[in-house]
Amino acid sequence: MTVTIIVKAILYIILAPLIGGTLSGLDRVFSARMQGRQGPPLFQPFYDVFKLLNKQTTVVNSIQVLFVTGYLIMTVFTGALFFAGGDMLLVFFALSMSEVLMVMAAFSTNGPYSIMGAQRELCQMMCYEPMTLLVAIGFYYANGSFMVNDLIQAEKPAIMYIPGFFIGFVFILIIKLRKSPFDLATSHHMHQEMVKGLTTDLSGGNLALVELAEWYDLVLMMGIVGMFFITANPISRLWAIIAVSCVFFLETLIDNLFPRVKYITMLKVTWTVILVFAGTNLLILNVLK
Amino acid sequence: MAIIIGLLKYASPFRSAVIMLGGFTIMAAAIYVAVNVLMSGDTSQFMYLEDAEIPNHFIMAGEVFLMCLVCFLSIKYKKYYAILISLVGTIPVLWMDLSGNAVEGSTHLRIDTFAAVMYLIVGIVGILICIYASGYMKDYHHHHTDVVDRSNYFLALMFVFLGAMFGLISSDNLGWIYFFWEITSVCSFLMIGYTRTEEAVNNSFRALWMNLLGGVGFAAGLMYTNMYLNMSNLSEITAAGASEVIIIPVTLFAFAALTKSAQFPFSRWLLGAMVAPTPSSALLHSATMVKIGVYMLIRLSPVMQGTLTGVMITVIGGFTFFAASLLAITVSDGKKVLAYSTISNLGLITACAGTGTQEGVWAAVMLVLFHAVSKSLLFQTVGDIENCMHSRDIEDMHGLIIKLPRLAFIMIIGICGMFMAPFGMLVSKWAALKSFVESGSVWLVLFLVFGSGSTLFYWAKWLGKICAVIHQSFELEDITPRSEMVSIIPLTTMIVIMCFAFPWMSGNMVQPILSEAFEGTIENVIGGSDVIIMMIMVAMVFMIPIGSRILSIGKNSKMTMSYVAGVNAGDDRHYIDSFGKERALYMSNWYMEDYFGEKKLLWPSIIVAAVLVAVMLIVVVGGNI
Repeated sequence: MTVTIIVKAILYIILAPLIGGTLSGLDRVFSARMQGRQGPPLFQPFYDVFKLLNKQTTVVNSIQVLFVTGYLIMTVFTGALFFAGGDMLLVFFALSMSEVLMVMAAFSTNGPYSIMGAQRELCQMMCYEPMTLLVAIGFYYANGSFMVNDLIQAEKPAIMYIPGFFIGFVFILIIKLRKSPFDLATSHHMHQEMVKGLTTDLSGGNLALVELAEWYDLVLMMGIVGMFFITANPISRLWAIIAVSCVFFLETLIDNLFPRVKYITMLKVTWTVILVFAGTNLLILNVLK
Repeated sequence: MAIIIGLLKYASPFRSAVIMLGGFTIMAAAIYVAVNVLMSGDTSQFMYLEDAEIPNHFIMAGEVFLMCLVCFLSIKYKKYYAILISLVGTIPVLWMDLSGNAVEGSTHLRIDTFAAVMYLIVGIVGILICIYASGYMKDYHHHHTDVVDRSNYFLALMFVFLGAMFGLISSDNLGWIYFFWEITSVCSFLMIGYTRTEEAVNNSFRALWMNLLGGVGFAAGLMYTNMYLNMSNLSEITAAGASEVIIIPVTLFAFAALTKSAQFPFSRWLLGAMVAPTPSSALLHSATMVKIGVYMLIRLSPVMQGTLTGVMITVIGGFTFFAASLLAITVSDGKKVLAYSTISNLGLITACAGTGTQEGVWAAVMLVLFHAVSKSLLFQTVGDIENCMHSRDIEDMHGLIIKLPRLAFIMIIGICGMFMAPFGMLVSKWAALKSFVESGSVWLVLFLVFGSGSTLFYWAKWLGKICAVIHQSFELEDITPRSEMVSIIPLTTMIVIMCFAFPWMSGNMVQPILSEAFEGTIENVIGGSDVIIMMIMVAMVFMIPIGSRILSIGKNSKMTMSYVAGVNAGDDRHYIDSFGKERALYMSNWYMEDYFGEKKLLWPSIIVAAVLVAVMLIVVVGGNI
């Protein structure tokens, strides 16, 4: 039992950056095609990260490095906890902790763009935090356990009980994956009002660590999407993969369709969506129980 | 009893050495008693005090004295409404005692595991605050020369307060609890009014009338139990199980507890309590006053399970948790943020106690423990920062890690203790969430998830302010006296130790409380594998800084200035714009006042909560009489 857990965790640690990087490249290819461009090669993100790793790292202060390293380690830990079959609530608590570390890295630089990015990132966390916790609760309602290991042995896919949670989660994924209209904390392009927000004062190896952490995060998020479909039946894994692909494509599409909104719009919209979809779903489940 | 008498003896004018000595003696006594109780393993420890004639008279005299004191001060400051409430609360109880309608119960004192745990909180945290106060008051009067130096009186009050706390925790007789209850109300009133400015007097009377109103509720419950149910002891009520008659006094006691623990609609007294010197805030917020309310609720929680009272209490608690955390976003005064966070956390504890499930009580007790330590530490650090920098505004704490590294570091640990993942608060929040889900209360789950989003926001932005590293900034003189460090350092150590020790605490302190409250064996609330994972997380949090020090990560990187879209003038606070002028630059935190501001949110939430309380009282009390 312990051996399988460790093997799963190690597999995640090794495979996640490969999958995450590829997905990230896929995202860029999709985006380019939607905009009628040729776009970069599929493995461009890997080239980018290798290049960053070989560059000289300049830092604003030494605490920054500590926070960024902490961010990467905590993100990897979170993902490993999830894929090894741990407690969903703990996964999300660890996740918010890793995010806080990243925000602290930006705060510590005292640069105006970094701090603005940090404040916005915190605001984004406030937006999606309710939903991530609700997802764990939703799974508990559906299958009576917080443990991922028990959840994947379900008889019926969780989506049958908690479709509202699924919609809410896909919605907050826009924030989590830093997609427009909710990419307030960082922007993809250097010339925008945020410069690069959260990561403005990071460079070289440090920036590479952040990229790496975001790949791990991406895989974790997609794993949670898959969780909605997985049952004890092996065929369900196929469904899960299809669902993950659809959601991923949808996120890229949304990214290309909408311009960035103000933070207060984001707060209002996300909280409303969460309340309406997940809240109603929770209410119905409670009545049926 | 010996402890109380010992305390009162020390409560005469004395110097800080005496406080230290006296304080540590009391602390040692409290720890000794608590450890004895915890180690005995006996889940039903009752210390009988049957022949209670003389103490009863003593307590009656005390009640009359308190009433007269309130009347005198009310007339002095022309706040006549306080007299009325005080009379309404005290006279019927006196009449009941004198006319022989009171029931003589067999036990007057009870010391069980829960009492022992509370002893530890009051004994250690409370006494440390007193020690802190002895140094702080000197500095305080150094800075505030306009306030008359009555620090002896203030320190004496603090010890009386702690004495009342010990008394309240040990008592089982409701009449006695009522007496100690009123002492804490009056003491807090006197402490808030310490500076005698107009604001202080107003705020202190607000605290007084709200708490006395709770006292009236308590008195009504007390009379009802004595005269209709023939019960005189708290343990009889909790043992009686939920029934229609028993729920009336329970509701009244719960109402009193809501006022004490400053839930909406009664929160304003705790916010007003900020005007007093910091030690009293620390005392009111962490170890004493507000903890009485939740202590009472946790005691009552087995009876409240599944009743309308329980549901209403959880809803009020959950609502308070959410609303107070939104309000905390909008204020920048350090003490005020702490005050709102106290209200918010107490809301969570109240909600947990109201569910009446085992997980709920487990989470509530854990939250009480962690909150007491972290909050008193934070208040003390804010007080010290105020003494060093003459401001307690969070905006002024920008770059604290360079200016006052020692205090900043302590503060970071305190703040992390309040909301970060492996620290205790989150463990308890995790249990709270489980208990809410199990009790099937949808609203509560929603309040909790949204509330934890906003909680994260206001703590993290404060943490960020502290962590900002500004170039060309220099260390300020740290004038924190040694006596304050004597208090702060143990508290910091305790937070760290408690992170590692929580499985042990759960097994040896909280589980026995559960088996006392619910009678019978209780399965472990927190499972094995989760504990291991949490331990790994705690270890990682402490390993990352140490490991990076050893591996010297980032030591050979090139240093640069932060990017300001202009030329950084060299200190991160000025830049040279495109016209070659040097301009100042400052990044403030977000407060979102237009959306969650006090002006906008405070009164509506008070009104909503007031309606909830009224509904609870009318339906439960009115419907069952």
